[in-house]
Amino acid sequence: MTKKKITQHPLFLPLVCVLLVLAVNVIYDISQGNGIFNFFITTIENGVLQGRLITILNRGSEVAILAIGMTLVVSASAGTDISVGSVMSLCASFCCMLVAGYGVSAVSSPEEFSMPLIVGILGALLMGCLCGAFNGTLVAYLNIQPMVATLILWSAARAIGLLLCNNLIVYVRVPEYGIFGGYIGFLPTPILIAAVCILAVSLVLKKTAMGMYIQSVGINKKASRIAGLNSRRIIFICYLLCGLCAGIAGLVNSSRITSADSNNIGLNMELDAILAVALGGNSLGGGKFNLAGSIIGAYTIQAITTTMYNLGISSAVTPVFKAVVVIVIVAIQAPPVRIWFQKLRAQNHKEVARV
Amino acid sequence: MEGNVVLTMRGICMTFPGVKALDHVDFTLRKGEIHALMGENGAGKSTLIKCLTGINDFEAGEIHVDGIQGTVKNHSTLDAQNVGISTVYQEVNLCPNLSVAENLYIGREPMTPFHTIDRKAMMRKAAELTQRLDIKVDVAQNLENYSLAIQQMIAIARAVDMDCKVLILDEPTSSLDDSEVEKLFKLMTMLRSKGVGIVFVTHFLEQVYAVCDRITVLRNGTLVGEYPIADLPRVKLVAAMMGKDFDDLADIKPEGSQDFSNASMVIEAKGLSHKGTIKPFDLNIRKGEVIGLTGLLGSGRTELARAIYGADKSQTGTLRVKDQEVKINQPIDAMNLGMGLLPDDRKAEGIIGDLSVRENIILAMQAKRGMFRQISRAQQEKIADEYIRLLQIKTATRETPIKQLSGGNQQKAILGRWLATDPDFLILDEPTRGIDIGTKTEIQKLILKLAGEGKSIMFISSEIEEMLRTCNRMAVLRDGAKVGEIDGDLSQERVMAAIAGGASE
Amino acid sequence: MNPENTLKQRKEINGNTLLLLITIVLFVVLYAGGCIAYSGKGFTNLQTFLNILISNAGLICVACGMTCVMLTGGIDISVGSLVALDCMLLAYGMGNWGIGAPAMCLIVLVVGLVFGFVQGFCVGYLQIQPFIVTMAGMFFARGMTAVISTDQLSITAETSQTFYDWANFRIYLPFGGVANRQGKIIMPYFRIGVVVAILILILIFLVLRYTKFGRSLYAVGGSEQSAAMMGLDVKKTKLKAYVLSSFLCSIGGICYCLNTQSASVAQASGLEMDAIASSVIGGTLLTGGVGNVIGSFFGVLINGTISSIVQTNGKLASAWPNILTAALLCFFIVLQSIFAFLKEKKK
Repeated sequence: MTKKKITQHPLFLPLVCVLLVLAVNVIYDISQGNGIFNFFITTIENGVLQGRLITILNRGSEVAILAIGMTLVVSASAGTDISVGSVMSLCASFCCMLVAGYGVSAVSSPEEFSMPLIVGILGALLMGCLCGAFNGTLVAYLNIQPMVATLILWSAARAIGLLLCNNLIVYVRVPEYGIFGGYIGFLPTPILIAAVCILAVSLVLKKTAMGMYIQSVGINKKASRIAGLNSRRIIFICYLLCGLCAGIAGLVNSSRITSADSNNIGLNMELDAILAVALGGNSLGGGKFNLAGSIIGAYTIQAITTTMYNLGISSAVTPVFKAVVVIVIVAIQAPPVRIWFQKLRAQNHKEVARV
Repeated sequence: MEGNVVLTMRGICMTFPGVKALDHVDFTLRKGEIHALMGENGAGKSTLIKCLTGINDFEAGEIHVDGIQGTVKNHSTLDAQNVGISTVYQEVNLCPNLSVAENLYIGREPMTPFHTIDRKAMMRKAAELTQRLDIKVDVAQNLENYSLAIQQMIAIARAVDMDCKVLILDEPTSSLDDSEVEKLFKLMTMLRSKGVGIVFVTHFLEQVYAVCDRITVLRNGTLVGEYPIADLPRVKLVAAMMGKDFDDLADIKPEGSQDFSNASMVIEAKGLSHKGTIKPFDLNIRKGEVIGLTGLLGSGRTELARAIYGADKSQTGTLRVKDQEVKINQPIDAMNLGMGLLPDDRKAEGIIGDLSVRENIILAMQAKRGMFRQISRAQQEKIADEYIRLLQIKTATRETPIKQLSGGNQQKAILGRWLATDPDFLILDEPTRGIDIGTKTEIQKLILKLAGEGKSIMFISSEIEEMLRTCNRMAVLRDGAKVGEIDGDLSQERVMAAIAGGASE
Repeated sequence: MNPENTLKQRKEINGNTLLLLITIVLFVVLYAGGCIAYSGKGFTNLQTFLNILISNAGLICVACGMTCVMLTGGIDISVGSLVALDCMLLAYGMGNWGIGAPAMCLIVLVVGLVFGFVQGFCVGYLQIQPFIVTMAGMFFARGMTAVISTDQLSITAETSQTFYDWANFRIYLPFGGVANRQGKIIMPYFRIGVVVAILILILIFLVLRYTKFGRSLYAVGGSEQSAAMMGLDVKKTKLKAYVLSSFLCSIGGICYCLNTQSASVAQASGLEMDAIASSVIGGTLLTGGVGNVIGSFFGVLINGTISSIVQTNGKLASAWPNILTAALLCFFIVLQSIFAFLKEKKK
């Protein structure tokens, strides 16, 4: 009986995934003749934290931030926002355009901001909200299927970003700009930003009734309306927040490379974010959600990516594995497969009873 | 099998978890007759039809169809079609984006020698068929260009063309206007003359008497009887459907009828309506009053309540709440005016299945307070526990997902949700449907208690007895309109006569 | 029939085909605008139009497949990546494995069939949302392209003489010649890819109109429940739709490769967007059940005209076609949504 209870815990699936990834890493270390727990060794070199674990936490920040927004969107509207990667890129480009000045080419990379950094940051976040509001309007008020609605920005946002940057990779060679992707003291800033985002959203979910509203709308829109919730507005807010998260993630990513590389920032990130939600044990069919699961899912994905990199697999190939994982997870949740499993279990029970 | 009998069902039994849906029901259909299948909610009409068409698996009993050796047991609607049983539902099961001709012939199109569809032959055959049945349509037009009545006739034409011997019409007239119903009846009588057996399920008594030859009445999953139409006047039919057997519930109604003429007005509705569901109506409700809405299912009793609450926004008329003229655009507006609605479809509009009992109970209260003023967890638990105790909700814990509870307990939790908002005016739409007798009494007692505390209640139920026990006044609805009010002496005979309408013989 | 009735019906015909009409008008206006603005740069030449066809031959095939899937109410966003995979298979197979062009084309088509079968199975029989399935398919195909090779490959005469000949074969029109700078008259021409694309277009048009399979696509898109009630196999129809989409996508991939004669991981990125936009612009409803490949063809032409105008201009950033396509898609999606709302209200 207790065994059954463990598998039913909401964090069971994500934690199993984490353990699997860790196991692969440990086996890899052993086969390479490294220390068994090489993976976990964290040192301070040149005044900053180093180690593979830290790398995963650091690099996984963007996916973790995106996963927050994606979790809310999936829960409320039973659809996913596939524009997050492109919106990241757009926000990064917009920020760089603001602080570097429009029309600045890569060659004349500026040594100082043409506008205060804070304007750039606010601009990027505002742009994220704007994109989110666009998606939200289409989904909540015009009743367009979420994925079709977000398809528009998925294609257009990156192109608009390119336009803003004059079709170039804009470098911002001011040290302050790199701080969001760099270090504060000995701690990598992205980890801090992700932590702040996670804390803020958890706090909102804990201190307001938003979490219940979102789940309620996601589970039963009609009943929620009768009970006095404004279903459309709640869905809209979720998309808005998802856009904001994409904006923050875009800033972090852009700061990491101190430039706006429109073609590569946030590339394939939407898959990672959706995968994080699915790995976190959340149903892509909407309804109940578990933010902690999604966050663990996000870092798991980063761990997979990093591990594959360590194993010498090209980063262009990793989508193959991720795609297979997505399909397997979704297939397990699919109604016909569930019914099939139930039948199988019932048959087993019968056989046991007969014996 | 007798010469002119086309379908017999004998001793059909069927159980849903916890409920005996059909208990040894018999049904006989003859060639060339229109046979009404009548019964209130939960009587087992749709279950019986689903057993016949293969959607439900019945446990015991047998079905014989004319011209087929042995018993028939269908496993899908396709099986049923193959033995000559076709069904036309209220929501037409055709493709609106295809032409009339295609809807008639899809899946069995005439083919050319090159294995392509012979569109010309299809059009020709479709035109012939519609002409033969006197349906005036252009078969090349898309189905969606035609009214629902025509669409239904096309569905019937498809069934007829597939050599059906038994045609089941499940609530075909619910969304048709009078002239459309007329057209449909003409088609039905024509098919009757061609020897098709028609099972007609409807809630409109007028229509039964307009076209049917015979009536079978079901109640609570059992057969009440089969009658030729002449032997069963309206009032008797209503009595048969509703049942007269008084159960052994204590008479809980307080002695003497109260006088509310001095109580303050809570709701004054003037000319409210919702297009297509309820015609304009006036209704006044005073403080502390229990008003019952009575009428058969589909008479507009649910729709009236929803128009007041703003669940279906009223397009006309004015509404005054506590002497203030108000505009209700959505449910939250009504809630802020102190209203609450317990919807009749518990699963679709009541429970939030995956959320816990606690969350389901506090949901409306939280919605009223707004998102940013969250009720603290301790408070939530206190409120939830209070209503779980007060309403005796049987649940493992307050954190159990509500979908795991039984229907009655789900209903109590939803009731708790509304009580928690402390409403002045509470609409209860079929609060006792599908729940056990003990719970029913509790809910009735609760209604009286609430009324005693000065709350106004609107009570909708299919069961006359419980309405008689609890209501001070009743509004009667028929065919989507409010047709009258009964107060003072509420007797079963008066109410039934009012529901049946027309000339009560 | 009384006059009132006929009048009402005519109105409704317009409502149904209004989207397609808007599309055709839009194309004519766009093209005429291009002709007026860039008449000096040879936009009025017949060859410009044929060039639009030549460079979009692959897209026409892909859009035909997309339309079939969208008719069932689904969507297939894996097509761009599948085209990239096809190109990579062709280039790498002919260059590094030494397989002949015809055999390699056959392999590509088989890959398309298998790919479509898996996707169709997941959508039809496992009832997973088409978007999730094909998104995974998109990343899978793109990743597999990288598995084969991450290099930029080009197909030359050395890679495969046959393929090279196919790619450079010109079919001249007997009219509409224009004198070039040396005064020599050059007849307008098109290539093999265009022939394939037009044949596919006609074939799919006939399939959609005259076969049971074609009509069941419409029926499933119109109402899945009704289609099942009327005895159609909904799951199988969906499976077939996805197989057809991927298969046509593979043919489109070959046409695409004939045009570009190269392969790389990043190739044809955003093609799915063009295909979806073409279908939607051409009057295919996202909810399924309504649409036509002829409309999609005009959608492709609009797409091609936009890129052609941007190219001819020469000063506009390369991102513009992408943005304009997305804006058009947005416009038509909102239009569809408004139409659906009005229809609902009329009831």
